[in-house]
Amino acid sequence: MIKRTIGDTAALSGRSLQHVLRSPDTIITTAITPIAMLLLFVYVFGGAIDSGDENYVNYLLPGILLITVASGIAYTAFRLFTDVSGGIFERFQSMPIARPAVLWSHVLTSLVANFVSLVLVVAVALLMGFRTGAGLPAWLGVLAIMLLFTLAMTWLAVIPGLTAKSVDGVSGFSYPLIFLPFVSSAFVPTDNMPAPVQWFAENQPVTPIVNTVRSLFAQEPVGSDLWVALGWCVGLLLVAYALAMRTYRRRLA
Amino acid sequence: MSTSPAIQITGLTKSYGDLPVLRGVDLDVTAGSILALLGSNGAGKTTLVKILSTLLRADGGTATVQGFDVASQPAQVRESISLTGQFTAVDEVLTGRENLALIARLRHLPRPGAIADQLLARFSLTDAAGRRVATYSGGMRRRIDIAMSLIGNPPVVFLDEPTTGLDPQARNEVWDAVRELADTGTTVLLTTQHLEEAEQLADRIAILHEGRIIANGSLAELKRLLPPAKVEYVEKQPTLEEVFLSIVGDPARATATATATAGARQDRNPDDTAATVGADE
Repeated sequence: MIKRTIGDTAALSGRSLQHVLRSPDTIITTAITPIAMLLLFVYVFGGAIDSGDENYVNYLLPGILLITVASGIAYTAFRLFTDVSGGIFERFQSMPIARPAVLWSHVLTSLVANFVSLVLVVAVALLMGFRTGAGLPAWLGVLAIMLLFTLAMTWLAVIPGLTAKSVDGVSGFSYPLIFLPFVSSAFVPTDNMPAPVQWFAENQPVTPIVNTVRSLFAQEPVGSDLWVALGWCVGLLLVAYALAMRTYRRRLA
Repeated sequence: MSTSPAIQITGLTKSYGDLPVLRGVDLDVTAGSILALLGSNGAGKTTLVKILSTLLRADGGTATVQGFDVASQPAQVRESISLTGQFTAVDEVLTGRENLALIARLRHLPRPGAIADQLLARFSLTDAAGRRVATYSGGMRRRIDIAMSLIGNPPVVFLDEPTTGLDPQARNEVWDAVRELADTGTTVLLTTQHLEEAEQLADRIAILHEGRIIANGSLAELKRLLPPAKVEYVEKQPTLEEVFLSIVGDPARATATATATAGARQDRNPDDTAATVGADE
């Protein structure tokens, strides 16, 4: 049974990755918004922002990586929506395919596509002067936390992918996620924000994740931010997964 | 051929909220036969097919396919069936060959590439094998859709309005594919709004009206429900379909269709067919 689940997931993931390969524009458009923000904030607003870091690209990159994922998962929802509205989803459901394979193939494809987009964004940041002395363990730490964040966001994207009635509805859900980093420590330190805004910024998931990634790149101790970040990611993942599976099962009723 | 029915439906009910769609459907389909399920839009045909193919849960009653209960043994049912839905369920981004090979892999068959090539040849799609399905015509899309359903030779095939939206040539190709299926002993449950399609293909015809099967029998049996035929002399004009087929160069078909449709002339308008039958009941 496990062998069959892996085989079916591999077959369906291969198909889904073909979709990504044949429309590489989805990866490029995923990367373009965060890259544009990177350019805008470094070269236009950056001079006026006092981040306490002489290299603003270094300060900015972690938040930009989160925005990359937030815009990337919109395509995950879109690909799933296309399957559901086009009928091939029902074909798969009526076939002797391991049940988890249909959704997991989309989730794995999302991880791969987002990873490629993240690499593109990091490459542009390096060209713009991003520098880190981080060694392999720190890079692996960044990779792990980004994958965990992408996984949680992907399961969140599965919900509109299964339930949306139109393409607009599918792509709309990710806008608030793209906006969330603006009210966090991603662009500017939270110290100068008015008290209520500061409270929100310091108690939403983006800030601890951004701070953890930033500390890993700067080779500083991550402190409690790491545990808060992991708590948020795992918590979001569990809630999103449970809701997505409930939505999935309800389609049968 | 086995004597027990391939599909057995008893007292099946299903409502969407307060709206009852199936109000107690009873129906048996003999193994190796083609049953046409007739009904107007909204009669519940698609709902019934979805329950039989484990995509929806019924509210009450039972249904078995090849002896497996659709509610309690869905995995075994899925091993026994294939579904061709109302709308073509193909992957537009993949090529025709990739679509077929994917389904063969998902049915856990050895040599998926070879299976794909075989079906491409059988459905005259070899030339289009390497093209993305997005570039296919409606008829080609339906053919690849049906070809995908035949992979692994499932003993029971559901076809939900397989010819809706097809031109006459494409429709004839689909009909040929269905006849071929029946010749190999596959049980086919076909839903349609077109009486002519049922006449052409089906061994038995069941009429689903307002959530119940209101008539079920062979064509001859159903005809006996009406008053005996009167002899009238009617000038036989070629139908537009016959004209179309002979002009575009499919003469054998045109004659065959002409003969076949001569008896069903009164049922030209597909939207009225089920209503007409219902009223005659």
